[in-house]
Amino acid sequence: MTALSALIRRDIRIALRVGGGALIGVLFFLTVVVLMPFAVGPDLALLSRLGPAILWLGALLASLLTLDRLFMADHEDGSLDLITMSRTPLELACAAKALAHWLAAGLPLIVATPVLGLLLNLDMVSTGAVALTLLAGTPALTFTGMIGAALAVTLHRGGLLMAVLVLPLSIPVLIFGVAASQAVIVGPMNFGAPFSILCALSLVSLVVGPFAAAASLKHGLD
Amino acid sequence: MTLIDLANPTRFLALSARVLPWLAAATVIVLTIGLYQSATAPDDYQQGATVKIMFIHVPNAWLSMFVWGVMSIASLGTLVWRHPLADVAAKAAAPIGAAFTFLALLTGSLWGRPMWGTYWEWDARLTSVLILFLMYLGLMALWRAVDDPSRAARAAAVLTLVGAINLPIIKFSVDWWNTLHQPASVMRMGGSTLDKSFLIPLLVMAVAFTLLFVTLHIAAMRNEILRRRVRSLQMMQASQKAA
Repeated sequence: MTALSALIRRDIRIALRVGGGALIGVLFFLTVVVLMPFAVGPDLALLSRLGPAILWLGALLASLLTLDRLFMADHEDGSLDLITMSRTPLELACAAKALAHWLAAGLPLIVATPVLGLLLNLDMVSTGAVALTLLAGTPALTFTGMIGAALAVTLHRGGLLMAVLVLPLSIPVLIFGVAASQAVIVGPMNFGAPFSILCALSLVSLVVGPFAAAASLKHGLD
Repeated sequence: MTLIDLANPTRFLALSARVLPWLAAATVIVLTIGLYQSATAPDDYQQGATVKIMFIHVPNAWLSMFVWGVMSIASLGTLVWRHPLADVAAKAAAPIGAAFTFLALLTGSLWGRPMWGTYWEWDARLTSVLILFLMYLGLMALWRAVDDPSRAARAAAVLTLVGAINLPIIKFSVDWWNTLHQPASVMRMGGSTLDKSFLIPLLVMAVAFTLLFVTLHIAAMRNEILRRRVRSLQMMQASQKAA
């Protein structure tokens, strides 16, 4: 347990330091959202209708792009070998690393959501709904994306290939995240059902992600 | 004769060389019968002759999912039992599965044009098959991206199994997202709603396509084994020249 909390604290500290790159994700999120009005036009009514979708897409891309380095930096300085050989089960260590990554790179995205909601002409309730669905859904993105990060480090290939492999897996999260936010904003649908399924997706990926990542690290590193 | 006896590639090559002509002949015969029955099946009272696209479309769609199942079992073989031919089977199945999925999309699109008035509709089943197609392409890209076959095999095996867990979830969420396609009519509780004159040719075609897949898969596995042998011979030759 102490080993895991030490691992979490170490990862957060590295991520927030100079060269860590956790906050670049927020900057990327901001940039993607700012680009959108240039693509669809400065029509505020249209932007507020597309708002939840834009915020969700931005958060999805931002959290996947920052995941690229989840295991890579540890692999380069050798600490990944220590983690795989330690007595702590590799599955738990992977879960701890993903949790640390979510705290350092995922939470800032949610904190930034209200500001970006203003830019997209979303009212208080809609912004709150999007932030809440992001809070429930981004863990699923981190824990599924971790599988891609583990494959990337064993294959020495990152970037585009991993995005192509992982993005289709994140479609359910996107569907239910946007559905739950739209249910609050537009109305006729029930908020509870898509939101519960979103939470369920996060819980499932919490189980599947660490096992798959650990399997690919165990079989792939040599 | 158990599965482990086939672990020796030479024995697999010898056995498959004997089985393959019979399989190919069976495929041709069943496919001919199926095509004849489909061609002579009556026209639908609503859809007319276009209903015959179904006899090609539905077996392709079944096979597109069946092949992922075969790859998942082969991936378990790679990761759990370390069966030496499992990764060959998984690698050989991916392009065939992608081809079946593409044909299912193409025939569905051609069927959709006269029936729905559009080639593409963002409807639940079409969308989930399209995502399946994207995942096949991603898997093929992964196989191609890594030069060491055993390393690529283990990565692809993990991804195939993750996909096997995720595909039902994706299917379910896309169903939630949009439903326009007709509900399932062949496999459902209380018997089929399809008339016998359509059901029998459809089942014959399904058997024919499954035989076609098995034939193509075994042939592709043989090719892959031979390709690896050629590669290791070339590498041996290169290292001898260097030395």
